[in-house]
Amino acid sequence: MSVATRPAAPAPADMRRRRGFELWSWLFMRISGIVLLFLAVGHVLIMHVLETGVERVDFDFVARRWDNPLWRTWDWAMLSLALLHGINGMRVIIQDYARRPGWRVFWNSLFAVVGFGLFVLGTIIVFTFDASDFA
Amino acid sequence: MAKRRSELGSLYKAGTGQWSWLAHRITGVGILLFLFAHIVDTALVAWGPETYNKVISLYHHPIVQIMELGLVGAVIYHGLNGIRIMIMDFWPASLLRHRELTWTTLALFAAAMAPIAWIMGRRILEDFGWLG
Repeated sequence: MSVATRPAAPAPADMRRRRGFELWSWLFMRISGIVLLFLAVGHVLIMHVLETGVERVDFDFVARRWDNPLWRTWDWAMLSLALLHGINGMRVIIQDYARRPGWRVFWNSLFAVVGFGLFVLGTIIVFTFDASDFA
Repeated sequence: MAKRRSELGSLYKAGTGQWSWLAHRITGVGILLFLFAHIVDTALVAWGPETYNKVISLYHHPIVQIMELGLVGAVIYHGLNGIRIMIMDFWPASLLRHRELTWTTLALFAAAMAPIAWIMGRRILEDFGWLG
């Protein structure tokens, strides 16, 4: 995406707040990226490569895995960071391809609403799932 | 005065940096779209074993397993290329060697994917019945 986007030249006053946001966004992408290197790459290797990969994944597998709060925490942290990282990335892409402000608002809102809805869904499931309900 | 082609620029004249930028975008969007689906399918675990196992068995289909290999590749590429971007951001001197940096990224990607493709590929071939 953006390489060396740190703004240099003094900007007009009305641009300054925007610039502050983009700087935080730039920093967030890097910090969340480093954390996701461990969470997401680790997740992919554990679930898709090790042992028999996804062939071993079923209800009992998830129940056993989420018996350990560490994996629930891992999955929730990954859910939050991946959604924020991905939707912020989409925002940058939308900025490039949607030129009209109306369309920009439309696409950004769409991804924000879908992302927030999935964040709520994932959070509820990862913290309230109880395998003994189905015993 | 007519401009030379090189001045007009063309999508297909991209250097290593521009191809990396494009690959980073495509893998990023692909991973995000899969993430959307994956949150929903994982949430189905709260609807009990019957529902969850039925839906998740889709992932055990060999055709889907080929796409799964693509997903694993996309995540690993996006991560490695992200490290390259951060190196260039925080250590500007590396820009002088940006081509070597890109080739190193691709070499690491190939080195990571070779054993993964072997492990996952064997599983797919076994499922198709083309292997022992």
